[in-house]
Amino acid sequence: MIRDITIGQYYPTDSILHRLDPRVKLVGTILFIVSLFLFHSFYGYIAVTIFLASVIKLSKVPFRFIVKGLKAVVIILLFTVFFNLFLTPGEPIFQFGIIKITDEGLRSAGFMAIRLTYLILGSSLMTFTTTPNQLTDGLERLMRPLRHIKVPVHEIAMMMSIALRFIPILLEETDKIMKAQMARGADFESGGILKRAKSMIPLLVPLFVSAFRRANDLAMAMEARCYRGGEGRTKMKPLKYSGRDYISYLVLLIYLGAVITSRMLENLL
Amino acid sequence: MQLIFDHINYVYSRGTAYERHALKDISFSIKKGEFIGLIGHTGSGKSTLVQHMNGLVKATSGSIYFNGDDIYASDYKLRDLRSKIGLVFQYPEHQLFETTVFKDVIFGPNNLGLDRLEAELRAYEALKMVGIGDDLLDASPFELSGGQKRRVAIAGVLAMRPEVLILDEPTAGLDPKGRDGILEQIKKLHEESGITIILVTHSMEDIANYADRIFVMNRGELVMNQPTKEVFSRYKELEQMQLAAPQVTYVMNAIKERGINVPTDVTTVAEAKAEILKLFHRMG
Ligand SMILES: Nc1ncnc2c1ncn2[C@@H]1O[C@H](COP(=O)(O)OP(=O)(O)O)[C@@H](O)[C@H]1O
Ligand SMILES: [Mg+2]
Repeated sequence: MIRDITIGQYYPTDSILHRLDPRVKLVGTILFIVSLFLFHSFYGYIAVTIFLASVIKLSKVPFRFIVKGLKAVVIILLFTVFFNLFLTPGEPIFQFGIIKITDEGLRSAGFMAIRLTYLILGSSLMTFTTTPNQLTDGLERLMRPLRHIKVPVHEIAMMMSIALRFIPILLEETDKIMKAQMARGADFESGGILKRAKSMIPLLVPLFVSAFRRANDLAMAMEARCYRGGEGRTKMKPLKYSGRDYISYLVLLIYLGAVITSRMLENLL
Repeated sequence: MQLIFDHINYVYSRGTAYERHALKDISFSIKKGEFIGLIGHTGSGKSTLVQHMNGLVKATSGSIYFNGDDIYASDYKLRDLRSKIGLVFQYPEHQLFETTVFKDVIFGPNNLGLDRLEAELRAYEALKMVGIGDDLLDASPFELSGGQKRRVAIAGVLAMRPEVLILDEPTAGLDPKGRDGILEQIKKLHEESGITIILVTHSMEDIANYADRIFVMNRGELVMNQPTKEVFSRYKELEQMQLAAPQVTYVMNAIKERGINVPTDVTTVAEAKAEILKLFHRMG
């Protein structure tokens, strides 16, 4: 059921992507997202699709598992497509009363759908191949220079890692509470919007209570082990770049170059 | 036969790295009015098994029959099944959500579509059964002690008047007094209303005291399905599955090893006491 939502989860296998330094993956993901919004042409899409497809292949995460994550955001996707489709002004190619679909609308809806899908695929690929701990280590390291302007880098990273760690826990908890209430005859599926919203109360109240309880327990456990922030804290496994990380940076650069070139070609043509 | 499992298999997260064959070819049948104890090491599949019984989890393969009907038939109403087979989850107090104890317990009966009077009657009766007094009916469930919360949560399932009551580790994390209290209530319920009970527990003493028959799960397989005494006489095998016989069984075995003739199929303290007294009488 709800545990089928795979977004933000870690998928344990052994691939080149799993072994990369988390900083490379973070930078790569950001570059990838930027690249998604750089181009407007068909060629750009080909470059991005090839890149994404090869990274998915390299990650050894089953495609089915990745696609499952998309299900969770299908609503957002539909919304975007819907608004782009009907609200973009331009040459109408189809008109029925006030409903009007324009050529531009069709294009931008299609592009937007692809972009969003790729964005989600790209960023979930990062979480699939990086444990939350690695991810936060990488983030902390990347943001370290910001400490000089008094950004609480360590605290932000810690908060993020806890939040990430809690996603699967809360999903599991939701699943359990849902089952427990269904065992008492609760019905989460049928009825109109109002009835459905009301049927969520028996799920949401225990979920909040449990989230607070867990947060409290965690804070207590951290204090009991004398956690007091990042000051003077050392790492058991300090991050270190190796050969494959430099190669990956090179690949990323080439990719970015390709996308920018295709963007410039667009402008020329 | 009231409940029949026919070659049930269940696989979690099929086709992913998390794939887990949690139930392997499980078959058994349960008669009306039985008291079944379900034991097994953590992760052996007990919770998964009981969630199949009321159709919360659908088997990957195999069939389940309740009162002769196939519960996976397309026209079978799973919601009816859930009202007849009450399942109390592990840590059921985590599912409390209402503002008062009474409102929480009446949630189940209301979902059955009963009229108000009948629903209230059932909720009240269920709270009485688990020993929650009138003074707590309007209290917030979140203010209660751990043991009281657990009782209220159990009442929430009892209020649906199930024909079968399944309890998944109902005493985990309770103090000895709270534990015995809850189990005694369950036993009373079993004796008075003839309801079928399936009790999942880690306490061999509890099982020995209450269950007529024991199911032993190990790594997703049902490895034993026998009367209580027969299962505990195989305690050497149980130990290999990280389980054990009740402490008194070991005591009786130790006495026997010292050359004193006592029966070793004793599983409860009361029985052991009777046997030892008999021994003293024999010795004069
Ligand atoms: N929701 C789930 N998703 C994936 N695997 C699960 C899930 N629930 C339980 N499992 C796995 O199935 C096996 C049986 O679990 P469970 O039925 O909870 O055992 P028990 O109740 O005997 O401790 C365990 O190995 C557990 O890790
Ligand atoms: Mg369990």
